[in-house]
Amino acid sequence: MKILIDKNKCTGCKKCIPSCPYDAIVMKGKLATIDERCTLCGACLEACPFDAIALSNQMEKIRMDVSSFKDIFVFIENSHGKIERVSLELLSKAFELAKVSKQKVAAVLIGDDVKSLSQELKKYNLNKIIIAEHEFLKNYETLRFTKVFGGIIKKYKPSIVLFGATPLGRDLAPRVANMVQTGLTADCTEFAIDKESGLLLQTRPAFGGNLMATIVCRDHRPQMATVRPGVFNIPTTSSSGKKNSVEHFEVELTQNDAQSEIIEEAIESIEHANLANAKIIVSGGRGMGEKRNFKLLYDLAKALGAEVGSSRAAVDALWIDHEHQIGQTGKTVQPDLYIACGISGAIQHLAGMSNSKYIIAINKDKEAPIHKIADLSIVGDLFDIIPKLIKTINNTKYPITNNC
Amino acid sequence: MNIIVTIKQVPDTLAITVDPETGTLNRKGVPSIINPEDKNAIEAALMLKRKHGGSVTAISMGPHQAQDVLREALCLGVDRAILLTDELFAGADTLATAYTLSSAIKKIGNFDLIIAGHQAIDGDTAQVGPQLAGFLNIPQITNVVDMKISASGNHYYIEAKSKFGHLVRKVRAKLPSLITVVKETNRPKYTTINGILNGYRKREIECWNCDDIKAAKHRIGLIGSPTSVLKTKWVEHKRKGKTIKGSPEKIADEIIKFMEKKEIKGAYSI
Repeated sequence: MKILIDKNKCTGCKKCIPSCPYDAIVMKGKLATIDERCTLCGACLEACPFDAIALSNQMEKIRMDVSSFKDIFVFIENSHGKIERVSLELLSKAFELAKVSKQKVAAVLIGDDVKSLSQELKKYNLNKIIIAEHEFLKNYETLRFTKVFGGIIKKYKPSIVLFGATPLGRDLAPRVANMVQTGLTADCTEFAIDKESGLLLQTRPAFGGNLMATIVCRDHRPQMATVRPGVFNIPTTSSSGKKNSVEHFEVELTQNDAQSEIIEEAIESIEHANLANAKIIVSGGRGMGEKRNFKLLYDLAKALGAEVGSSRAAVDALWIDHEHQIGQTGKTVQPDLYIACGISGAIQHLAGMSNSKYIIAINKDKEAPIHKIADLSIVGDLFDIIPKLIKTINNTKYPITNNC
Repeated sequence: MNIIVTIKQVPDTLAITVDPETGTLNRKGVPSIINPEDKNAIEAALMLKRKHGGSVTAISMGPHQAQDVLREALCLGVDRAILLTDELFAGADTLATAYTLSSAIKKIGNFDLIIAGHQAIDGDTAQVGPQLAGFLNIPQITNVVDMKISASGNHYYIEAKSKFGHLVRKVRAKLPSLITVVKETNRPKYTTINGILNGYRKREIECWNCDDIKAAKHRIGLIGSPTSVLKTKWVEHKRKGKTIKGSPEKIADEIIKFMEKKEIKGAYSI
């Protein structure tokens, strides 16, 4: 299948030219023509006011020439001189996928004055670090970042592009996918490469975390996905001394390229719960009874070197800040150990912690659903058990590793 | 101000429960509701209308039963309700959905602001809002928790407080723009008796199909979707665990033994 420009209808108005993300429309005299850069994405089909551009086969689904797209690109989200942890988590998954599919991994760094960050990336076994630097990229603005990323995709034609599913990632990725007219899968928690087709199998939760769906993007490239933070691990650093190549992507931006303007940016100073990195989480629900009882959990957490989490019920009751909420409308965590105290185990809570390596449940209601998913199930009174647990830990000097 | 609100009918995934006997999900009888964050979108639109005048149009793409959420929107006080419904729209992923909505909005014509809920509780993607802004080539501000309209020179702007996690950004964009709102943005009001009477009396829900909105057939529905679902699996939450009983001392000992056996160590001291 091809995209054709009808010579009889084309008036040479050039309105189609900016519609092509790959600059494949070229004027030959007074007629627009499509050259070999065309990837069959279909973005031009609507652009002609005279309907001169059409598919050779109208009803057939657009199929891009996927074979010309190769390698895995990871968007390195950064702010205030720091790389977002999820971007590093993505690198490790990208390396795995690259190994299986014999592709290479490149990091994409967009911002202003990001050289120090590129130094940090050199620790990892990347094939390429692509840097797009410009003063107009200092603060995140949707359209500027979209234009730059779209340009990078156009130039390098990666087969897979991964973003962290952070608020910024979820603001940027759909706009980029729209610009290059390709598929985007949100909030993935697992990836694999299909042996037969070579397609990226993108698995993600839907229906509030109750359904795991595996998505493919067959005929469009790149295969784009945003990835849930806290699911993959940080890659090991490589001291092989291998030189990753750093390439500077030339950024052409003007004042007019922005569609919105940032008036002010500030970090909200609120209680910060480091649940994403916690190896042990001690979590409380409705069974805690009242706000001051959470002190028990804070004490236990201190004794164990753990973080404190909660169910939605405790947050709604104003016993603890939303920062600590784990579940469908809160955070997703993957600690080695999750101790659920006075938590019933509603599906919406499980959505946030069911990937914990081990789960201990303390709930005096033996019918509570949490007991079905616990590795160690305790039907008892947490107000008796936890103080004893704290005492025992302090007496036996339970080992805590400071692993910063 | 002419405001468009995009809404969706979804199954109430937040109300799904587990069958205590089998451990599987109770999927029967899950009611269809208006997507929760779309209610915040409607409320934000009505608030702006109260302040600046104008009209609010609710639009939804869905099967015929999605008229229910449009009727609810009319009862809440929107002025016009449009359902995009056509067999050909079925199976659409977010790109095809955004394209379909954009075709309809181009038909509606003049608008100042599109307000969308940040994400739907079934698809959970949060992609349609930004992709719609992309198709219409208008600015987008996502995760908006507060907003106001301002004027400068000949133009109107939206000034929005947008939250990216802990980062609070005040962003200004020239209208027309698209914003996505979250449940923290406002408290949606309940329908009033008057609202319900008006909602049923006021207007018919307009139903538009593919030809009405002049959508290109290869860009809608399943055909127009770059992504497709390969397979799905309902999540079953179950583990083969051990139950321990006894005195609090004994239980505390067992817990420590368990942690030692599994070599679980804390990582940070508070």
